[in-house]
Amino acid sequence: MLKLKNLSKTYKTGDTALSDVTLEIDKGQLVGLIGPSGAGKSTLIRCINRLVEPTSGEVWLGDVDLAQLGRADLRHQRRRIGMIFQEYALVERLTVMENVLSGRLGYVPFWRSWLRRFEAEDIRRAYELLDRVGLLQHANKRADALSGGQRQRVGIARALMQTPDLLLVDEPTASLDPKTSRQIMRLLTEICAERGLPAIVNIHDVPLAQSFMERIVGLRAGTVVFDGPPTDLSEAALTEIYGAEDWNTMRREDDDDASVPLDIQDAAEVMA
Amino acid sequence: MSSYPGTWRRPPQIVSDKRVRLALQLGVLVYLVLALGSVEVNWQRVSEGLERGQRFIMGFLQPDFSSRWKDISQGLTESLTMTLTSTVVGVLVSIPFGIGASRNIVPRQIYVFCRAVIAISRSLQELIVAIFLVAMFGFGPFAGFLTLSFATIGFIGKLLADEIEEIDEAQVEAIRSTGASWLQMLNYAIQPQIMPRLIGLSLYRLDINFRESAVIGIVGAGGIGATLNTAIDRYEYDSAGAILLIIIAIVMVAEYSSSYLRKFLQ
Repeated sequence: MLKLKNLSKTYKTGDTALSDVTLEIDKGQLVGLIGPSGAGKSTLIRCINRLVEPTSGEVWLGDVDLAQLGRADLRHQRRRIGMIFQEYALVERLTVMENVLSGRLGYVPFWRSWLRRFEAEDIRRAYELLDRVGLLQHANKRADALSGGQRQRVGIARALMQTPDLLLVDEPTASLDPKTSRQIMRLLTEICAERGLPAIVNIHDVPLAQSFMERIVGLRAGTVVFDGPPTDLSEAALTEIYGAEDWNTMRREDDDDASVPLDIQDAAEVMA
Repeated sequence: MSSYPGTWRRPPQIVSDKRVRLALQLGVLVYLVLALGSVEVNWQRVSEGLERGQRFIMGFLQPDFSSRWKDISQGLTESLTMTLTSTVVGVLVSIPFGIGASRNIVPRQIYVFCRAVIAISRSLQELIVAIFLVAMFGFGPFAGFLTLSFATIGFIGKLLADEIEEIDEAQVEAIRSTGASWLQMLNYAIQPQIMPRLIGLSLYRLDINFRESAVIGIVGAGGIGATLNTAIDRYEYDSAGAILLIIIAIVMVAEYSSSYLRKFLQ
């Protein structure tokens, strides 16, 4: 489905963010991209839809090399790639509905988008997706009136509105609390499974990646240093990706954190 | 514990060398004294002027709205028409220039061109433009309308461009990633972020244009300024006082209503 061949990116400042990354992702596969800050995770997924221009290499989505496209063709291909962002990146002053419909921008002529006259089919789909992410009654609220978790759901609906063949997900839970993070990750994995959508998910939280992803790719200083199922992510592998640290202590603490909201939930159920 | 220092002073932030700092301070002081010394004050002329000012203030305190009312109301209508039309036209023209002068969304050549137009508009003071346009198109409000429109382009264009350069890029990135065109990006990612500011700036410019219309009238560009000029020329300080009071009242109304409006726009 997606094939990266010898992808490299060197910024104008001389910093090499990616060097010679080769990666293949199959249809319906969920890949968690982990690595320390500055390892090139963000650059990697932005090189795929060319929000960042790769310096060299090939990006094959199906039978198109995205890295070679001119501007108009790139715009057409971007419709096939949905993107979900760290700080949601919703247009704050637009309504939830407009944010979701903006996923159709690549498909509709300018006058339609300008007058907000989207086709009936698009509007039905937008409602359907809002219903799917549980925000049907919030359609006419402004995006900045929603909570963090709700905003990320709008972000997911916007990406799906593109009817994408691939999802790029950049730190979807970095600004969310542990419980909401899990809910968002669960929603993402469910949606990908429903549609057979492949996704690349940048994620800081290793335990979260291990519990939701089918495959983990570890990036360190712009090169792939780990590629395998989450069960293979041993202490040695984590040290290879992040450098030396007492990994077991970290994981135990994280398990404690994650169990707190569940305990509260259980208690509430007992009391009710 | 006791080995840590108990005193702390903020280190100098701009000039770190103590001697250079002292020299700079002394230099500024010397220049100030010399400059003040070079201002020639003719005390006799000042006392005459104070007398004249007193007459002016007396007129101000006994404003005469009635005897020149026809001229005043005509000047006022002209000024208000000039103000509104030039603000609308100026804002409409300044939007494309403001967009073009935003480094983050246009190619470099367009940026340089639009910034140049804005710089020219900003560097020419309204009075100078008005003198030039009055010479071109003759006395009257048309020259004033053109002057204020031209000045509005520089003002709104620059502040709009600065606003666009400071928007949240993440929203632009998100809209671009959907495959949106440049115009769609402008409409969906930029416009919502800058609209409140644009409306606020336009209202602000409306009240600047009204005040400016009073000034450029003095050089012949029509409006209430022309009436004011005539009144002062004829030593009719009571009528002049009335005109000034009307200008102050209108500016105050504009001030309060625009700040009231802006509250609703966030």
